[in-house]
Amino acid sequence: MKRNVNIKSMKYEDFNDNEYIENMLRELRENGTNVIVGCLDEVIEWGRSNSLWPLTFATSCCGIEFMAIGAARYDFARFGFEVARSSPRQADFIMVAGTITHKMAPVLKRLYDQMADPKYVVATGGCAISGGPFKKSYHVVDGVDKIIPVDVYIPGCPPRPEAMLYGLMQLQRKVKAERFLGGLNKGISEKEYERQMRADTNTAEDYKEYDESGLA
Amino acid sequence: MDNKIDIKARIAAIDPAAVWSDAGDGMFRIPVSSFRETAEMLRKEAGFDFLRSLTGMDWGEEGLGCVYHLENTSTGGTITVSTADKDRENAALPSVQDLWKGANFNEREAYDFFGIKFIGHPDLRRLFLRDDWKGHPLRKDYDMALNPLNMKNEVSDDDAPSYEMTPDGSYILKRHPLFEEEEYVINIGPQHPATHGVLRFQVSLEGETIKKIDAHCGYIHRGIEKLCESSTYPQTLGFTDRLDYLGAMQNRHALCMCIEKAMGLEVSERIQYIRTIMDELQRIDSHLLFTSCLAQDMGALEVFFLGFRDREKVLDILEETTGGRLIQTYNTIGGVQADIHPDFVRKVKEFISYMRPKLKEYHEIFTGNVIARERLIGTGKLSREDAISFGATGGTGRASGWACDVRKRHPYAMYGKVDFEEIVLGNGDCFDRYMVRMKEIEQSMNIIAQLIDNIPEGEYQMKVKPLIKLPEGSWYSAVEGSRGEFGVFIESRGDRYPYRVKFRSTGLPLVSCVDTIARNVKIADLIAIGGTLDYVIPDIDR
Ligand code: SF4
Repeated sequence: MKRNVNIKSMKYEDFNDNEYIENMLRELRENGTNVIVGCLDEVIEWGRSNSLWPLTFATSCCGIEFMAIGAARYDFARFGFEVARSSPRQADFIMVAGTITHKMAPVLKRLYDQMADPKYVVATGGCAISGGPFKKSYHVVDGVDKIIPVDVYIPGCPPRPEAMLYGLMQLQRKVKAERFLGGLNKGISEKEYERQMRADTNTAEDYKEYDESGLA
Repeated sequence: MDNKIDIKARIAAIDPAAVWSDAGDGMFRIPVSSFRETAEMLRKEAGFDFLRSLTGMDWGEEGLGCVYHLENTSTGGTITVSTADKDRENAALPSVQDLWKGANFNEREAYDFFGIKFIGHPDLRRLFLRDDWKGHPLRKDYDMALNPLNMKNEVSDDDAPSYEMTPDGSYILKRHPLFEEEEYVINIGPQHPATHGVLRFQVSLEGETIKKIDAHCGYIHRGIEKLCESSTYPQTLGFTDRLDYLGAMQNRHALCMCIEKAMGLEVSERIQYIRTIMDELQRIDSHLLFTSCLAQDMGALEVFFLGFRDREKVLDILEETTGGRLIQTYNTIGGVQADIHPDFVRKVKEFISYMRPKLKEYHEIFTGNVIARERLIGTGKLSREDAISFGATGGTGRASGWACDVRKRHPYAMYGKVDFEEIVLGNGDCFDRYMVRMKEIEQSMNIIAQLIDNIPEGEYQMKVKPLIKLPEGSWYSAVEGSRGEFGVFIESRGDRYPYRVKFRSTGLPLVSCVDTIARNVKIADLIAIGGTLDYVIPDIDR
């Protein structure tokens, strides 16, 4: 049984990284489920993916564009990102919009820890992805994926609102391709999953290799 | 000029060792031993009541010191003085925070960045970096490896250190508790929707009444000034847009102006026109966002949508020419990135005729609203003296009756030639701060209307050498940003890179006066106060 990851507002072929979602689906199939749980899952994920609530979290410039997609013209409520929540305990995903500095990093980690599972992280803008223009600074974290696991990256400085919507739809597809009942998608226990997540984020060193000097 | 000679004589009378150095804008170099006396004279006798900017400096061999830009608000005269302490390990300068209240945060900044001890400062904590940060990052000998990412939650000091001088010339360190044991202290921020970014207030409450506020900055301190020191001049431009992203045009304008001044480059009329129009469009954009956010914080969500609806119209115009919605990267050294779009003039005119009647909508829905009026009128007063002393410029200063508009004080670009009214109100409360901005939208439209039909022909980019070097010296330029005086101070050693760049933040003085404004008001009013002060946190933290 193939999981339906289609998004109503955009054709499947129009998305760019379809291999990625195919991979997720394959993994899902390989791990196998029984029909009833599978169907239930599909319904639950359909519901979840269409009511993802972001945490109001904006540290700088990208945050203003985040506000813009909340306002009438771009209106992300159309796609189910209905209300931005100010408390991490009520939010489904955190949109890291803006630069994360050394002083802010523990705070961000804490916010993430306070969110209830299942939770997602969207890294918005060059700063959140890699430190952006401030990569060489003494006080900027070069990429939030050093601190918390990231699900979707939206590049740009700042990303256009359309790009943000696209990124958020990618997140929806990802949610749709997940297993809700009986553990997380990975076929491992939740504890193990947590441990791996931490291990991953704390050891990755390859980010040091590329250089982004020279501003736009 | 007479004034300057007179001042020179008076400074020399206090200490003959004070010298005038005229590289760039020129400044008085005053020995640290007589600096306090000179500062008192400047403040009390010569009437320099506005500290425009205080810049910490690392002059290498000559020691660590500060540059003070002062202005006399009644005559408009300006003066720049500096002082330095040769002893790098134990640099100590007399504090001037009792003469200019704005110096309080600025000296904390200089302590944070350079490790200069300000003798007599009551609360010399770090301002931006963590309390357990090692070293002082803007010193030239700072080692980046000292401070790797520290994921431990920060424990902030709860007592404030201060240094006092003993008669034999040594210092004693004293510590005073910030809050008393029995005080009820709550935290607002850094993650709070009403702080407009990542700012943290520690608020001491008695019932619902605020007794004291301690502001913690630095959650978005990106070290831009240090980054500038290793960037060539054209590279530094990119950072300014990202400081106060609602004043991207104006910030960049200030930096370009400062560099052009240092190069001795005059830009063509066409460029001046374009820059002025762009600055004003940006101001409209920013003020609309201000209104939206203020209204949203106070629960009037509809105004938020109205503001964003109209703001998108401005962004469309900007985007057509500059390619950017928020970060414009438009001004360049000696010009602008690209000529205006062929539709620019028509669209701007359309926008103005669209926007004028729309402003009424805001007044009907929000200004006249009983709840809004109840919450805004009479709350959060800032007196004129305090506004000047803190250096709270922009709409905040003008709402308190201080005519502090840089466009009038030191006209630049086309502002000397256009006819517009500087909105100055007198109550200094939240409502006036709101009204100033609403009226300024109208004035901005007036300015644009006067210019838009007459944009002269000419180049949009002057010829500049690809390799830009500034002569030795230091320069200061300021523009009226969306929320006050945005200044740029550059010190050059004749290199392709600036020796030191300092951005005079528009928001830092606004945050430093929150404690004064919010004492003895109700905690709910803090939201209105924060909203109407209209600070942008990345601009404060830089
Ligand atoms: S990516 Fe660019 S726009 Fe976004 S926060 Fe960083 S500097 Fe600002």
